[in-house]
Amino acid sequence: MNKHASPNLKAAKIAGGVHTDQRHDSAHKHVAGTAVYIDDMPEPAGTLHVGIGLSSVAHGKLKSVDLSAVRSAPGVVDVLTHADVPGENDVSPSGMHDDPVFAEGKVQFHGQPIFAVIAETREQGRSAARLAKIEYEELPGIFDIWNLDPEKDKQVTTPLTLTRGDAAAAIAAAPHRIKNRMKLGGQDHFYLEGQVSLAIPGEDDEVIVYCSTQGPSETQHLVAHVLGVPSHAVTVEVRRMGGGFGGKETQANQCAAIAAIAAKKHGRAVKIRLDRDEDMTATGKRHDFAIDYEVGFDDEGNILGVDFMFALNAGFSADLSGPVGDRALFHCDNAYFYPHVHAKSAPLYTNTVSNTAFRGFGGPQGMVGAERVIDEVAFAVGKDPLEIRKLNFYDPMGAEGERNVTPYHQKVEDNIIHRIVAELAESADYAGRRRTIDAFNANSRFIKRGMALTPVKFGISFTKTESNQAGALVHVYNDGSVHMNHGGTEMGQGLHLKVAQVVAEEFQIDLDRVKITATTTAKVPNTAPTAASSGADLNGMAAQDAARQIRKRLTDFAAEKYQVPTDQVVFLPNRVRIGNQEIGFNELVKQAYLNRIQLSAAGFYKTPKIHWDRAKGRGHAFYYYAYGAACSEVSIDTLTGEYVVERTDILHDTGRSLNRAIDIGQVEGGFIQGMGWLTTEELVWDDKGRLRTHAPSTYKIPLASDRPKIFNVALTDWSQAYEPTIHRSKAVGEPPLPHGMSVLHALSDAVASVADHKICPRLDAPATPERVLMAVERLKAEAAGK
Amino acid sequence: MTKTRNEIRFLLNGEDVALSQVAPDETLLDYLRLRRSLRGSKEGCAEGDCGACTVLVGRLTDGKLVYESVNACIRFVGSLDGCHVVTIEHLRGEAGKLHPVQQAMVDFHGSQCGFCTPGFVMSLYGLWMKEPKPADAAIEKALQGNLCRCTGYEAIMRAARAISSYGKVAKDPLAVERAAVTEKLTVLRDGSRVEIGAEKHRLIVPADVDDFASILESEQKPTIVAGSTDVGLWVTKHMRDISPVVFIGHLDGLRTISEKDGLVSIGAGVTYTEAFETLSKRIPALGPLIDRIGGEQVRNMGTIGGNIANGSPIGDTPPPFIALGATLTLRKGKARRTIPLEEFFIAYGKQDRQPGEFVEAVHVPVPAKDSYFAAYKITKRRDEDITAALGAFLLTLARDGTVASIRIAYGGMAATPKRARAVEAALTGKPWTEAAVEAAMTKYAEDFTPLTDMRATAEYRMLAARNLLMRFFAESQGGKAPIQVSRHRVA
Ligand SMILES: Cc1cc2nc3c(=O)[nH]c(=O)nc-3n(C[C@@H](O)[C@@H](O)[C@H](O)COP(=O)(O)OP(=O)(O)OC[C@H]3O[C@@H](n4cnc5c(N)ncnc54)[C@H](O)[C@@H]3O)c2cc1C
Ligand code: FES
Ligand code: FES
Repeated sequence: MNKHASPNLKAAKIAGGVHTDQRHDSAHKHVAGTAVYIDDMPEPAGTLHVGIGLSSVAHGKLKSVDLSAVRSAPGVVDVLTHADVPGENDVSPSGMHDDPVFAEGKVQFHGQPIFAVIAETREQGRSAARLAKIEYEELPGIFDIWNLDPEKDKQVTTPLTLTRGDAAAAIAAAPHRIKNRMKLGGQDHFYLEGQVSLAIPGEDDEVIVYCSTQGPSETQHLVAHVLGVPSHAVTVEVRRMGGGFGGKETQANQCAAIAAIAAKKHGRAVKIRLDRDEDMTATGKRHDFAIDYEVGFDDEGNILGVDFMFALNAGFSADLSGPVGDRALFHCDNAYFYPHVHAKSAPLYTNTVSNTAFRGFGGPQGMVGAERVIDEVAFAVGKDPLEIRKLNFYDPMGAEGERNVTPYHQKVEDNIIHRIVAELAESADYAGRRRTIDAFNANSRFIKRGMALTPVKFGISFTKTESNQAGALVHVYNDGSVHMNHGGTEMGQGLHLKVAQVVAEEFQIDLDRVKITATTTAKVPNTAPTAASSGADLNGMAAQDAARQIRKRLTDFAAEKYQVPTDQVVFLPNRVRIGNQEIGFNELVKQAYLNRIQLSAAGFYKTPKIHWDRAKGRGHAFYYYAYGAACSEVSIDTLTGEYVVERTDILHDTGRSLNRAIDIGQVEGGFIQGMGWLTTEELVWDDKGRLRTHAPSTYKIPLASDRPKIFNVALTDWSQAYEPTIHRSKAVGEPPLPHGMSVLHALSDAVASVADHKICPRLDAPATPERVLMAVERLKAEAAGK
Repeated sequence: MTKTRNEIRFLLNGEDVALSQVAPDETLLDYLRLRRSLRGSKEGCAEGDCGACTVLVGRLTDGKLVYESVNACIRFVGSLDGCHVVTIEHLRGEAGKLHPVQQAMVDFHGSQCGFCTPGFVMSLYGLWMKEPKPADAAIEKALQGNLCRCTGYEAIMRAARAISSYGKVAKDPLAVERAAVTEKLTVLRDGSRVEIGAEKHRLIVPADVDDFASILESEQKPTIVAGSTDVGLWVTKHMRDISPVVFIGHLDGLRTISEKDGLVSIGAGVTYTEAFETLSKRIPALGPLIDRIGGEQVRNMGTIGGNIANGSPIGDTPPPFIALGATLTLRKGKARRTIPLEEFFIAYGKQDRQPGEFVEAVHVPVPAKDSYFAAYKITKRRDEDITAALGAFLLTLARDGTVASIRIAYGGMAATPKRARAVEAALTGKPWTEAAVEAAMTKYAEDFTPLTDMRATAEYRMLAARNLLMRFFAESQGGKAPIQVSRHRVA
């Protein structure tokens, strides 16, 4: 990329426009080890390093904090505590003032930062941090939400209720009713690059923070808040992250703040990079949930009414737990129409790390609840769960019926789940393999197979309306090369590439003429975090707006100069047709420059149509939905609970994809991550509230050898966004993650086979081999007891 | 008298390195990133699990230069004397041209965030040099020690399958320079003892095994470091002071494998990778077990001797070795003693090893042709995971179908690797039938009281451990239906 070859002026198409498969813009650097992450940047001379001091108890008063041994350790320059925070000792992203940078007076979870050692080397900082003598007055702690009362126990923020119809009455009147609970574990992000920030002090109150953050604007604002300076004094920049997945949406801010405080205090650059164990212990994760459900249904398996309580483990502070709980409710229907529904969230306070955004943001948890309900109904009426799923789908796009209103009163206008599921069931040979599996199970004593096909409908937009805006900055230099900047951040998802494709398309120039640059709050202000799958939707539009402004100026200039109507100025690949002649894009730019045409523009976009009234639980919360379905088959060992995924087929909708190669990568990666969440990724806290799985030795994300043995991923080639999104593409970051549910349900199906599919296995997640074996044992016992 | 040298000498990519200042606990990754500003290798965990730090280390084995992937994060610089360290930076071709492995990864979209990518490239590079056209099973095995959180691996697999269409191993710089590097390394290995540092910051690289034996007798509380797959973590995670360190991974005298009278003798310094060939051939059930120890990098570094010497109740080699009736040779100075392996493990954290003594070799009897042997490891995640429970069984049947003898040993079920003697007793002399097995399954509670931890609950450990006996029985009966789930057999 960015080669100096001269552009092809005869090309029929530009190289690298939208709807073409392009490699990640940094791929050649990734593979060479030359892509620069924050910890790889050359440190300014005299850079200091941070070792962090974490609480060793989960809940208690700080009786005394003796840091003298820390201070006198070799290489230690300073030790920072809450007393050193110049502004407010708080990095709460929700304005709740409940997220101290450093604990003050009390600690609320094991691993909470109490102090930071500033030392000449990271090694010295880390070892000095261990010398602190801290006395706590330990208080009883809450570490698990399972036994809390979601109606009465302490919540970190206001819960949400969604109501449509009269669920209680519908359930009471239904021919069949089931009421039960489900346990659903959390998930560590396990981005390969841990939290890291490098702060470089500037003049006056200024500081630049290079931070691995998904939300540079928020990091900027919180660093300013912590330093007690205006936001204009703080610049936050990030070229790329080594993975984010939501874990660097708010969780990057604390490290950024610590580095900035130290840098300003000492007038030296300061770097903080958490060790993996510290990262996993001290930063938030996907929320674990306790889901209570009650469903009323008829003999056929039609759902008549549903009541949900989604209790989520918020941890010790609000962070994003309110909106995460909201999104669980927004997805408690998955792709199903509930004639009557009542659903509530309960973001419960516990003495664990404050849980946060994670790819899907509560949505996947909501869907897992919906799929459990489907399973319950299917087992109760003795049908294949897929039949129950199909029976309860929202009406398809264009249908006249009434079955298209969500629990939050938004009409589903673009539903294509029927076609996706039908195509997938066909291509995966669901019916044929179902028979093969039954035959296999009949002849296999210890190994049992199972299969499930699960749908996904995922709502796209931030439910926080003001987050649905984006800015971009595009410069065309007088040689015709283009500098592109926007508010989105790159964490591997190929966002910069997609936005560059959009800009290339607007100017009709080859992709390598568009320079991708680091995200910085100095170029594009007040941006939303790159989250909610919205990166390309929002920033692509903003960049397109900027490019169009410049293109219009170029068009007007050419029309005037060459005395042709503006509709005779046409941007062709790398050239422009003006009346009867063609000149190179670069040439036109040169002429425009000489004629003092402004070749720089700031673009802006805000998502239309959406609104949301949280108090009423009503609104058009999502601009559109992304759809998909997955079919997985597994084998389980009924002696040990071990399993393998034999095959997975996925059909996923990304509208008119901007870049199918990138989107397929998102679908594959999202599925595996979702599968990990629901299978082997188990977070274990002990009875003192200490996380026991704080490193990859104990926390097991999927490996290459956990992939399905056969793994077919396809994108729908016929769908396009119903709304005028960027080139009619759809968001792809989060929607594929819940495809992992197909594995959970395939495991459940295999377990069910030990009791002749008569008993609902109620397999909780993560379905570790242990959980699978215990479910097998339970079903065998129940079947024998009957 | 052995010569003494005061510097560590090795090759780093194309450069000769001689270091007279090396901390005994300085990791290769810190050396590369901090001292040399070679920042292509990443730190993702600093404990050997994620592979982001993967580099290749070439060393001479019987005069032959072998490159293997290792985790730079837990490899100590002091252990590199006489080695060739190859980092991602060495793959840079003329005019920045990408290496075949790299180009395949680019073309098949094998990177997303890219943080894991240099490590994957190095692991695949190591594989490609050994096996240019690997089957999927071989690729997965080579990648067991590399975590990627973004791609879901499928794209990396596609890239891995395609590498050989991008270039020939014979043309690879490491192949072209093989003779020259071999010669250089031969010269570096001058038979000296290396000693660096003083007082609390000391490391020693013995000249040979005798030298090692004498050093152990004279040093106060030295830390023996073989593959550093345990000791590395004491440093990176627990910041333990390990000086003085005695590195032994290079000692040829501990790296031998031999067989005599049905007894396979494995030197303490033999790595899992090196032991694999012999063990998987002679005792086939050990092949798949070794394949599930750590990831490739850990198997390339970790030694069987270290796995035994560390005394861990969840080490994977002791239970099968105990079931097979292995013995252990310990040496102090010139004196040797050989004991049954199971007697080495006295209690949690306590082994039968005297000060100044070291593990020299383990001797594993090859099971008789008419016996059944199996070892089953149970983990949360199939690969690169530490044992929750591991059962090993050696059965010999009498002519009449009764159990002539059975030896059963477990890991993860007690404070040490331990025999299931009550279960063995319940089976011995009985007919080898499902009924007898079921009766014996009730005896586990007499042998074991497992713990609950983050890997498994006591209840699960007990249940699964018991069921492994049933699995063993079922497998001994043969039949068509599968008895275990399999990664490699397509359903
Ligand atoms: C990521 C990862 C995954 C792992 N997975 C597994 C697994 O699946 N199964 C498993 O069993 N283990 C696993 N391990 C641990 C395993 O690799 C170690 O137990 C290894 O076998 C130890 O060998 P080493 O040569 O690396 O020992 P070192 O770390 O060098 O030493 C280990 C201990 O043994 C002592 N020692 C070493 N050699 C001798 C000797 N000859 N005489 C006396 N004392 C000696 C050392 O002083 C030290 O106390 C894993 C480790 C890592 C990092
Ligand atoms: S950094 Fe993870 S294995 Fe070395
Ligand atoms: S590409 Fe991000 S971890 Fe592998």
